[in-house]
Amino acid sequence: MEGMKSGRSLIYQYLRHDKKFPHVWCPGCGNGILLGSLIRTVHKLGYPKDDIVLVSGIGCAGRLPVYVDFNTLHTTHGRALTFATGIKLAKPHLKVIVVMGDGDATAIGGNHLIHAARRNVNLTAVVMNNSIYGMTGGQYSPTTPYGLKASTAPHGHVEHGFNISRLVEAAGAAFVARCTVYHVPLMDRLLTQAVEKQGFAILEVLSHCPTHFNKMNLLGGAVDSMRWMKEHAVPVEKAKRMAPEALKGKFRIGVLVDRDIPDYQTEYEQVRRRAKEAAPYKLDPQEISKMLESHQIY
Amino acid sequence: MKMRAEEPAKKLMQGNEACAEGAIAAGCRFYAGYPITPSSEIAEVLSYRLPAVGGTFIQMEDEIASLGAVIGASLAGAKAMTATSGPGFSLMQEHIGFACMAEVPCVVVNVMRGGPSTGLPTLPAQGDVQQARWGTHGDHPIIVLTPWSVRECFDLTVRAFNLSEKYRTPVILLMDEVVGHMRENVELPNPEEVEVLDRVKPTVPPEWYIPYEDTPFGVPPMGIFGEGYRYHVTGLLHDVRGFPTLREDEIEPFMRRLFRKIWAHLNDIQQWETYLMEDAETAIVAYGSVARSAMRAVVEAREVGLRMGLLRLITLWPFCRKAVESILDGCKTLIVPEMNLGQISREVKRVAQGRAQVRTVSRVLGRLIKPEEILEAVEGWKA
Repeated sequence: MEGMKSGRSLIYQYLRHDKKFPHVWCPGCGNGILLGSLIRTVHKLGYPKDDIVLVSGIGCAGRLPVYVDFNTLHTTHGRALTFATGIKLAKPHLKVIVVMGDGDATAIGGNHLIHAARRNVNLTAVVMNNSIYGMTGGQYSPTTPYGLKASTAPHGHVEHGFNISRLVEAAGAAFVARCTVYHVPLMDRLLTQAVEKQGFAILEVLSHCPTHFNKMNLLGGAVDSMRWMKEHAVPVEKAKRMAPEALKGKFRIGVLVDRDIPDYQTEYEQVRRRAKEAAPYKLDPQEISKMLESHQIY
Repeated sequence: MKMRAEEPAKKLMQGNEACAEGAIAAGCRFYAGYPITPSSEIAEVLSYRLPAVGGTFIQMEDEIASLGAVIGASLAGAKAMTATSGPGFSLMQEHIGFACMAEVPCVVVNVMRGGPSTGLPTLPAQGDVQQARWGTHGDHPIIVLTPWSVRECFDLTVRAFNLSEKYRTPVILLMDEVVGHMRENVELPNPEEVEVLDRVKPTVPPEWYIPYEDTPFGVPPMGIFGEGYRYHVTGLLHDVRGFPTLREDEIEPFMRRLFRKIWAHLNDIQQWETYLMEDAETAIVAYGSVARSAMRAVVEAREVGLRMGLLRLITLWPFCRKAVESILDGCKTLIVPEMNLGQISREVKRVAQGRAQVRTVSRVLGRLIKPEEILEAVEGWKA
């Protein structure tokens, strides 16, 4: 009962009173679960509402910010991270959280995603991955599994999907984590870590789409999907102790990457300092070869 | 010889450099862009200058991202700009529409080169005139300014920022390759002499703030992220509170206000200049670098006794209808030279409505139109 009471008070504190509910999401959708987690995280960390900017792209997940009483920005399809980059660099004290869907973040926004990860601007990104374009009617996305059906793959999908977490890890993200809409306490913990992380932090949330994906692929309702997630998710720590055969068909949840890389703003402060100096910036010839050697892309 | 301190030094500089200096003078503190000739010098100068004044320069992954970052920075309170050329301008159209819809001040510089597509890197053209007006989808107002000299690149960049802040709208500075790369000896004003306008911010208590409420001026005060006015910004058509709407009684008033805020202030927004128009029977209507050739053509025509004048458009959009109407009584012939196939000429014809003969001088050969090519359009002209 205590938990419910505090949940109710969080609703009053963080959801918009003047926004015309009900929300746009279908029954059983995972987006509301993320919304709850997001509010609990911000509340727990104690950030003032004025200091939070919630940015989104287009799609079902893109509708999330409109319900919350933060500074909210509903951008164009796939481009949320670019707007977020501008906000964060112009006003570094703001906490900028970006919510995207899988099509949003990895198809039309794929380029922005990898560059945001590489650039390491201090942003928190959440990708709601439900393997489908829900809002437009269930077309296949870059994470739709091979062989399954979508409204634009009536004869079966013949492309292979992205592994979003490995993609952003390779691109250089400082923090990469994964959870599902079933693992809610874990989602709260990972989101907290992601928001607190200095640098680009991304949380992939595996979700479902009962309306399109489940229906077309005979997967039942939201509860069936959750059961599937529960049975197939393996915590990172446990996975380390498991044999590769036992991990087959499963996926890892938890913190996948956590590394300390100076974030963009910290680096850009150097640029500002050098720009203000009277003498032009000069490269030290000995430093040049060191820089080339530490350039880890070859 | 001792130079007097109060006398600003003359400096040989490029149009692109003057544009970058104008941005700094106007208070621009954020630039995001993607390299493209013939606009890259603007990025290069600002990558050097902005961090020195506490601003931010960032090179993004493409032009879509560039304007996205610019809009984000503007919502967070910074005056922000990007610069590009035709191919990048095409990519930016998506976010020009967003900035129109969400009413976010920003400046987009397009240093025109020949198109379509990759076109002519890097020869001059004026082929993006209609794209600047109608490039993004949906009905929208837009302000477009065209400089003809290096000094004017500075002045109109400042003006572009001022108009974008005043009317909460993207403003496009439509330069061309000639103006961008041309070097002239210019005297820039001292920073304190530059008139700088800032956006109007809300003064009501945050709980009373209605972010997209109509005002007598037509432009609602703009809340800044992080300054206590929490509201929703979206590219969806929205009600006065900023929330998406599908209601007819909210859609139409919004769309009408979007237009009214610009159209009700044409006297403030539109600028043009005339040269030897008092007794002119023939007028050249020109803009950008072509107006320089037109000016020369007027001088040569006067030398042989032809009563010719020049109407130079500075504000290109909204089209200076009044300027063209004002010369229709005296002039029976209007010559419109353009480095395109008649993109402003058709506007001039639309306004002239047959009251004057409109002759288009089109050149799309990758160079500036010569004065003699303009004069060839004059009846009875013999070189």
